Amino acid sequence: MSEAIPHEAVLQRFPEVEWDEEFGTLIVPSAKATEVAIWLRDDEAFRLDYCSNVTGIDYLDREFKEKVKNEEGKTETIIHKDPARMEVVYHLYSMEKRTGPLVMKQRTTREKPEAQSLTPVWRSCELQEREIYDLFGINFTEHPDQRRILMWDEFEGHPMRKDYVEPFDYEWEPTPHDEILEKHQKGKVIF
Amino acid sequence: MTAAAPNYELIQQDGLETSLLEVSMGPHHPSTHGVFRMDVKLDGETVVDLKPVFGYLHRNHEKLAESMSYLASMPFTDRLDYFNSMTNNWAYALAAEQLIEIEIPERAEYLRVIMSELTRLVNHVSLVGFFVNDLGALGTPLLYAFREREKILDLFEQASGARMMCNYFRFGGLRCDVPEGWLERTREVVDRFPKFLDEYEKLLCENEIILSRTQGVGNLSKELAISAGITGPMLRASGVNYDIRKVDRYGIYDRFKFRVPFSEGDVGDCYDRFMVRMLEMRESIEILKQALDGIEDGPIMGNAGKVFKPAKAESYGRVEAPKGELGFYLVADGTTQPYRFRVRPPSFINLTVLRDMCIGQQVADAVIILGSIDIVLGEVDR
Repeated sequence: MSEAIPHEAVLQRFPEVEWDEEFGTLIVPSAKATEVAIWLRDDEAFRLDYCSNVTGIDYLDREFKEKVKNEEGKTETIIHKDPARMEVVYHLYSMEKRTGPLVMKQRTTREKPEAQSLTPVWRSCELQEREIYDLFGINFTEHPDQRRILMWDEFEGHPMRKDYVEPFDYEWEPTPHDEILEKHQKGKVIF
Repeated sequence: MTAAAPNYELIQQDGLETSLLEVSMGPHHPSTHGVFRMDVKLDGETVVDLKPVFGYLHRNHEKLAESMSYLASMPFTDRLDYFNSMTNNWAYALAAEQLIEIEIPERAEYLRVIMSELTRLVNHVSLVGFFVNDLGALGTPLLYAFREREKILDLFEQASGARMMCNYFRFGGLRCDVPEGWLERTREVVDRFPKFLDEYEKLLCENEIILSRTQGVGNLSKELAISAGITGPMLRASGVNYDIRKVDRYGIYDRFKFRVPFSEGDVGDCYDRFMVRMLEMRESIEILKQALDGIEDGPIMGNAGKVFKPAKAESYGRVEAPKGELGFYLVADGTTQPYRFRVRPPSFINLTVLRDMCIGQQVADAVIILGSIDIVLGEVDR
């Protein structure tokens, strides 16, 4: 594997940026995203000139249980709480220095999902951010050409969201409502 | 970025009626390599604007994979880039193996390399065939290529039971060992392959029509290629020496001696992309010979448990697939299903620069520029 990149310098340079210990990622506020991205791309120590993968994640407000063995050897159940949020993930590499990856995330709310487009910094984000807009419904400010890319233009809804409800029949009615939606939520419609 | 368009108002003033012609190329056209559409604006024969339109094969592979167990999406990865199911399997296995500690036996590692390099031969040889087909040499060179591809597909069938949808990799090893005599048969195919390449190069590389149609067509600069995340042979044709087999050294690639062909200039054209692939096949043969010499008997499956249930973590595994960097991003939440499953398809991202390369070119060249990108719609649309 290529070398991992030390992240401490980013935290020193930008106090707003947080470090997520659990996953080992930088959490960048959307307002600062372009500035941080340009710095990471151009700084001599980083030179992250290649943005490989851009994708979104949708987290619903939920609890999940994990079984852990405690000191006495008994299994305990710990309940984790995961707040509802949406994330845009960037995997950055350096082609010049052959290092990477450094993972960067923008966090946003589920109610009004908005993130800063990094297409002006790395062209490779162009189609991938369009795909996130299409499938997750995250709006990218300053994206040059934000349209649906995989689904057709008339399509309503964002299928990669965790709470997306499939329609009864795409051709007959692309989004479920009224009775069909109720049946769906009760789990009565079985495909 | 874009070539200057002529001033149409001035032309109108000369008393001539003129306007741009909008053509929708595809989705059902043999040169689009599947169901892909290009909305082209033409000024005479010159491309003024181009928009790629796709999604006709979209089946939301990622959503499907999030609703089933980790192992259950292994056969689905075959269907992404249906020419190279072995490398797709490897990329997915690599990402999943980062989530959980698994030891991969030596023999499995060697077989992984052999399968992946054979896949590279299959992909490049048929790509060159299709590329020449796009140029107008209908049939003959493509059938030469398919004759060789068929020999390798026979090997895949003997090993995995399927010609194209191999489903051969497992987390921690491989599904089954290769049958008796398979390695000898592979060696025969590999030893004969350079002879075919000699013939093929003689036929194509100095052909006057190919030279005049491809040189200087579809220029892609080094800076744009890096910024646009272009990977694989297309990136190396633009003069960047970046091969994930050398950079990441995943699997056991650090044990083999091979060179990475790349163009010397700062700009790559269609001919460079074609030549890089021709040269890469020779290097794949070198790797195959070394791997066939080094492989020994042993188990092919590691200490993987029956149920794959990683703890809460994220992982990103990437391999040098024949078309570029194929990556899988997995988010595990402690259950048997991935919470987030993402494919980073190389040919989808390589399409970013299609417009930049086509503007200012002839409409017939747009077809070969698309051919030189090497897309597979199963992967672009997912």
